Amino acid sequence: MTPLDTAFAASSVLAVVGGVLAVATRHVVHAALWLVVALLGVAGALLVLGAELVALVLVLVYVGAVVVLVLFALMLTRAPVGPDREHAPGPWRVVGGVLLGLATAGLLATALVPLADGTVERADVTSQQVAGQLFATWVWPFELLSLLLLAALVGALAVARVGRKEGSA
Amino acid sequence: MSALEVTLRALSALAAFLVLPLVVGQAEHKVMAHMQGRLGPMYAGGFHGWAQLVADGVKFAQKEDIVPRAADRGVFRLAPAVALVPYLVALAVLPVHPGVAAVDVPGSVLVVLAATAVGALGTLMAGWSSANKYSLIGGLRAAAQLVSYELPIVLAVASVAIAGGSLSLMALADAWTPWWLLWQLPGAVVFLVAGVAELQRPPFDMPIADAELVMGAWTEYTGLRFAFFLLAEYAGIVVVSVLFAVLWLGGWQGPFDDTLGWLWTLLKAFGVAIVVVWVRVSWPRLREDQLQRLAWLWLVPLGLLQLLLTGVGVVSGW
Repeated sequence: MTPLDTAFAASSVLAVVGGVLAVATRHVVHAALWLVVALLGVAGALLVLGAELVALVLVLVYVGAVVVLVLFALMLTRAPVGPDREHAPGPWRVVGGVLLGLATAGLLATALVPLADGTVERADVTSQQVAGQLFATWVWPFELLSLLLLAALVGALAVARVGRKEGSA
Repeated sequence: MSALEVTLRALSALAAFLVLPLVVGQAEHKVMAHMQGRLGPMYAGGFHGWAQLVADGVKFAQKEDIVPRAADRGVFRLAPAVALVPYLVALAVLPVHPGVAAVDVPGSVLVVLAATAVGALGTLMAGWSSANKYSLIGGLRAAAQLVSYELPIVLAVASVAIAGGSLSLMALADAWTPWWLLWQLPGAVVFLVAGVAELQRPPFDMPIADAELVMGAWTEYTGLRFAFFLLAEYAGIVVVSVLFAVLWLGGWQGPFDDTLGWLWTLLKAFGVAIVVVWVRVSWPRLREDQLQRLAWLWLVPLGLLQLLLTGVGVVSGW
């Protein structure tokens, strides 16, 4: 195994373990923190593969903003210290969730494993290349996505505002 | 890169991480005392009370390390490390001299921003896991503040990255010209204000607010773990100051910068750190709503305006 293989394997294990624990833990805030571990693992794998910009933006946006928002929302609720038994799913839902997860993982594995040839190759992707792709080839999907997000934002604001009595804002 | 070089680079980053925050801490003690016209502790060590910081350190190390019974032990104990260690990563990529940084990576600007974003989680973890209402409110306020002020910081830094045409701090400092002092001025102001807010230092210390929240997320911490949070704050000042010096003040650019470049960087950064302290003693604390208003109604539009200005400048080749 080359050092790259080892580094890739380590960050993948981190991502998978973090991901599984984020779903499986009974502590609702721990789930958000395991999500951080999983995201850092994914970012590490991307770094090993040479996609530096994507890895760093992943950490900046998902850990720096999304997880902070999740924690903010959790702290607004009555997130208990210790396991949350109140919202424990029933046995059928657990079995169903596990089956669905395994099926998705199996589908992805059958599609992706034949593509891998066993060695980790580093393809250094510079920020210029990413920018070139993003703002030339994919500029329309990119801008449409931005518009979609903006619409969602305005929609959320409207949902929060509509139906509220005048003067109570 | 040989093993020896790697070790040396790692050790130098660690040394900077251990020394610079303490220098800033000492400077804050003394500068604050002089600005407020009060002497402060002037006895420890003799001259000007220089050993006060050492005495503080010894005091923190002696205190008992307490974890409240109701707290979430694991998260509570981990939080100070999560707050502190990312700043070590950030310091490692900050350049101080032409071609000199502990690690020179192509996207170093993003590394610094991403590392500080991870460090912010420490406060939130501390706030929630303490099982204390003051800590929880402190954590809530911190989360709201961090989300709001992250955006202006990214906008301001993006503007410099566009102006210099790179994501590498090294290349950006080399591309800097005195003209940037005027051209990038709005972005610089936005970054400095948002940087102080991101560190949750006065006047943006609503999450800590010792008079009403008894230190917010840090309420339950004692001894070394509490000291680690303080150290993280000072390390944060170092990172913000060096970043400001490199991006907006040209880093090592100055007379004899082939040999004295590191000195210019450090001096400029130290000047910025003094301003951060100065701001602390000059302004009263902002209320929560004033704080959010400042971020969304002033800093974000100003950051966007700076981005536009930079875009126009780059396209028309100023």
